[in-house]
Amino acid sequence: MRPLGRGVWQFSLPPRILSQGAVGGRREAAGPLGGELDQTFQDTSLGKVTWEQAEAALQEEALSLALHKARLAPEDLDLVLAGDLLNQCVSSTFGLLSFQIPFLGQYGACSTMAQTLLLGAMAVDSGACERAAAVTSSHFCAAERQFRLPLEYGGQRSPTAQWTATAAGAVVLSREGPVQVERGLAGRIVDLGIRDPANMGAAMAPAAADTLLRFFQATGASPAEYDALFTGDLGAVGSQLLLELLGERGLDLSSLHQDCGLLLYDRDRQDVHSGGSGCGCSAAVLCGRILPRLAAGEYRRVLFCATGALLSPTTQQQGASIPGICHLVQLGRA
Amino acid sequence: MVFSKERYKQLVERASPPSPLGKDCLLAFLFGGGLCAGAQGLCALYQTWGLSLPQARTAVSLSLIFLSALLTALGWYDQIAKYAGAGTLVPITGFANSVVSPAMEFKTEGLVTGLGAKLFTVAGPVLVFGVTASVVYGLVLVLLQALGVPL
Repeated sequence: MRPLGRGVWQFSLPPRILSQGAVGGRREAAGPLGGELDQTFQDTSLGKVTWEQAEAALQEEALSLALHKARLAPEDLDLVLAGDLLNQCVSSTFGLLSFQIPFLGQYGACSTMAQTLLLGAMAVDSGACERAAAVTSSHFCAAERQFRLPLEYGGQRSPTAQWTATAAGAVVLSREGPVQVERGLAGRIVDLGIRDPANMGAAMAPAAADTLLRFFQATGASPAEYDALFTGDLGAVGSQLLLELLGERGLDLSSLHQDCGLLLYDRDRQDVHSGGSGCGCSAAVLCGRILPRLAAGEYRRVLFCATGALLSPTTQQQGASIPGICHLVQLGRA
Repeated sequence: MVFSKERYKQLVERASPPSPLGKDCLLAFLFGGGLCAGAQGLCALYQTWGLSLPQARTAVSLSLIFLSALLTALGWYDQIAKYAGAGTLVPITGFANSVVSPAMEFKTEGLVTGLGAKLFTVAGPVLVFGVTASVVYGLVLVLLQALGVPL
């Protein structure tokens, strides 16, 4: 691995993705990607007493599926990197407790999938691990009660609001597998003063623009080298803003760009306003669609750029702005 | 970061669709008006059952609170309120929903530290400022009476 610039890396001998698992809830099952998720749950509570336990179960299921597909046992993993949206990342703690895999907790808000994937790839590349896993999740009901209002409260959502996905994804990194991690970029914290928590796409779009500009500058790559660019989870508003920001800097990625928040749901049919969000959104799209299509050769090379809104209910109530971040991983068919 | 905040603010304002105010107002008017008309009908019904007007009005409030609590518990209230907006928020139904919904939500954290402590997380400010306003109103009234202003 060698640096191409500050926080941009090229993997000389790219680590591979051996397997992945994607799970979702009822709304995700009814969405356009429903058939591509490995497992979906019609019961939003997953038979658990609390929403936090339900989200933990999503992570457990996602990692179990990824391990099962690779015919591995938990003992075969040297490290698991995981995080989620809940305070102190409890979904990861309780979801991964039973596996007893050495664990490094991560927080990157909705960018967690890219963050853990990048760090996992570094861990395998450095020789620190033979195999590592990257896991993340989100649950609509658990996020609502922590960040917003009680579920049954009769309020109205604004058209710019996004819907937290009830979903999880897990990736097993190794030296073998059909997909490789070729490059990575650690995002910078970017804040253009957006204060509306019901418009997180707008808060995160500048971070995605910053990341993509840095990436193409540092690598000298041409957009033509890629089959697709996936941002997660800017939604409709954030996606438009990203393309406008990039356009102002002379970078046109509109033909490549897709957004995980717009892929997971059908906005015409499902009441998700600006699109999906939450760590589980980009994780489920990565593990349910992007990685299988790379493995099948439908894509040769893609950019996966998960975006996160780094806010807390406390800073939000205190009137602080919402900083965003976007980590990037370049994935290719091995 | 190479983008200016001022320029970005303009872009965001242009890209963010506003709430459909006309539709929201119309639905709030229809639902809110319907609710109040229904309540008036209920008031008349209670009077035919032998209640006095003040008694019937109290019974109507109780009925609306009960119905809101029931619909909230069944998970229907938020589905209606999604369309009705202020039409279900402003009448007493909104207050009932704002107390019952946190009660349901936070009962997993225990009867005391969850339900008890968080029962008024949504309605709390309404109570605090409502009571404060009524105290100020009372003081003004006393002052005016003391000054001999005919009320």
